Amino acid sequence: MTIAPDRLSPFQDEFYSALMQAHEGLTEAQSHALNARLVLMMANRIGDLDSLVDILKTARSYEHG
Amino acid sequence: MAYDYTPFPYVSPPGLTAPEARHRVVIVGAGPIGLAMAIDLAQRGVASVVLDDNNVVSVGSRAICWAKRTLEIFDRLGVGERMLAKGVTWKIGRQFHGAEEVYSFDLLPEEGHKYPAFINLQQYYAEEYLVDRARDFPELIDLRFKNKVVAHEDRGNHVALTVETPEGTYSLQTEYLLACDGAGSATRERMGLDFTGQTFQEQFLIADIEMDESPFGPDPVPERWFWFDPPFHAGKSALLHAQPDNIYRIDLQLDVDADGKAEAAPEKVIPRIKAIVGDKPFRLDWVSVYKFRCIKLDRFVHNRVIFVGDSAHVVSPFGARGGNGGIQDIDNLGWKLVAVLAGEADERLIETYHDERSHGSAENILNSSRATNFMTPKTPIEALFRAEVLRLAHDQPFARKLLNSGRLSVPCSLEGFPLQTPGTGAVPSGRAVVDAPINGPEGDGWLLEQVQTGGFTLVGFGDVQLPEVDGIARVGINQRSADYPCFTALKGLAIRRYGEGRAYLFRPDGHVCASFTAPEADAILAARARAMGAELEPSR
Ligand SMILES: Cc1cc2nc3c(=O)[nH]c(=O)nc-3n(C[C@H](O)[C@H](O)[C@H](O)COP(=O)(O)OP(=O)(O)OC[C@H]3O[C@@H](n4cnc5c(N)ncnc54)[C@H](O)[C@@H]3O)c2cc1C
Repeated sequence: MTIAPDRLSPFQDEFYSALMQAHEGLTEAQSHALNARLVLMMANRIGDLDSLVDILKTARSYEHG
Repeated sequence: MAYDYTPFPYVSPPGLTAPEARHRVVIVGAGPIGLAMAIDLAQRGVASVVLDDNNVVSVGSRAICWAKRTLEIFDRLGVGERMLAKGVTWKIGRQFHGAEEVYSFDLLPEEGHKYPAFINLQQYYAEEYLVDRARDFPELIDLRFKNKVVAHEDRGNHVALTVETPEGTYSLQTEYLLACDGAGSATRERMGLDFTGQTFQEQFLIADIEMDESPFGPDPVPERWFWFDPPFHAGKSALLHAQPDNIYRIDLQLDVDADGKAEAAPEKVIPRIKAIVGDKPFRLDWVSVYKFRCIKLDRFVHNRVIFVGDSAHVVSPFGARGGNGGIQDIDNLGWKLVAVLAGEADERLIETYHDERSHGSAENILNSSRATNFMTPKTPIEALFRAEVLRLAHDQPFARKLLNSGRLSVPCSLEGFPLQTPGTGAVPSGRAVVDAPINGPEGDGWLLEQVQTGGFTLVGFGDVQLPEVDGIARVGINQRSADYPCFTALKGLAIRRYGEGRAYLFRPDGHVCASFTAPEADAILAARARAMGAELEPSR
């Protein structure tokens, strides 16, 4: 697992509320789809395979068992 | 020991027997805001009548967290030190997920300030001290308990009021009516002003308990502890604070559809408290169930009626921005109203109270509603994100920062508003005074006390000459042989915070309105004139 430095503050609250707003009014299925699009678009923004693989592994590592 | 609510005596108002001369200022409401307002005006030599429908201080502790900036304003009003002495000082907030601590924050990591990040002090004490202080001005503050305003009418250049007392009804006239009548403001309702905004469906149980042993454990350091999904209150949030007199505040989030009345009954509350404090004995001091709202008025100034404090804006308490916001209101309004009443400034200066404090209140609402939203996910997807943030927060720094149990009240910056002359100093124009320890002829003291003496003050830091300007007090820090009071910056902190070789002009409310490297009388006068509203668009 990689511990990444915080790059969201000081605008973390603004980001979080924008994220919640993006989901407002969607059904759960639509939200799920939105999340998938977000992951893909963010991956494209990051644009670095090593980083992406590392993020995937770290995120997955929280799934115990 | 439970607080002793000694009623304030009712005194027959003169208006019951003969018409009273028109007053300059009438304040409706003797809550913390109305009382502080009256003291601010009295210290500036302006008399006011304060009308309150009740005759005791706040029932229940309600506001407990008083922020540094509020204490600094209370210092100017002559009650800060008493509150600090009685209050419980704290600055660390800890956030737990389940039983595990995931993130803590320090609200004042540096030393060298007269007042701490926060004290906890029950609202009834704050009000008691303010009433005591108001009594120091028997000629200027006319406190009338059991005087309920039942009608008012704005007549252009004055406001007429109808006031109900136990002995009957009388009328009053005032040049300005300051509505400090709280969240349920009848003044606001009579005027039909829209007061709508976000209401949170969740209910919160607020309980004050008295216990000898601290629920924070042995050798406790007072802190703010907040739990997401604690073992003792599964799936919800909880907050714990220490207050004076061995009283502790516990906030518990309840179910959306909980029955508020039933939840406030001791037989429901006691088991919930026992789940937190275990078998240690305690006494229930005050219990209440709240739903929270985040709302503000569109305009705080309506000709001769001015809204101040909760009557103008209400926030959920996560962040302690309600009372603390209101105290910044009175700080902002007092000197402006006095300047207008004295004919030293145009009425449009009062409009800037709206501009500056509506901005402050919008900031408070934004922060309070974000925190409350984070605490109370409204959809499965919000709950999912929240759960994953909590999970990541155990080890990912960015996720810790996303945890939001309240972003606590900080002084509002007035940067960019037209009364301020933009400056390039270390402390930008618009910021409230940044305190620092200093030493002078009378020993050790604080910069704060030299800046907040009532009028405009010019402070020179290090190698900078301050010219004499009529009506502006001068203070030198680390200066020699000047014809004005000079002080030494202890540990060099004042110079480090403001920069060497710079002069700052402070407004009467302690906000920087200009700064200079080579201050000349003309530029200082121009900055003061601008702060007094000289460059504003003419009023209608
Ligand atoms: C549970 C809880 C916790 C809180 N915690 C905090 C905190 O930690 N920090 C913080 O800063 N704030 C906190 N607040 C908010 C804080 O209590 C309020 O912001 C504060 O009381 C507002 O003061 P006020 O003087 O504007 O109004 P109030 O305190 O409501 O005072 C209004 C006064 O006007 C009087 N009045 C009303 N109508 C009339 C009338 N017609 N005629 C005459 N008099 C009238 C009332 O009797 C009352 O005395 C909390 C609030 C709650 C409920």
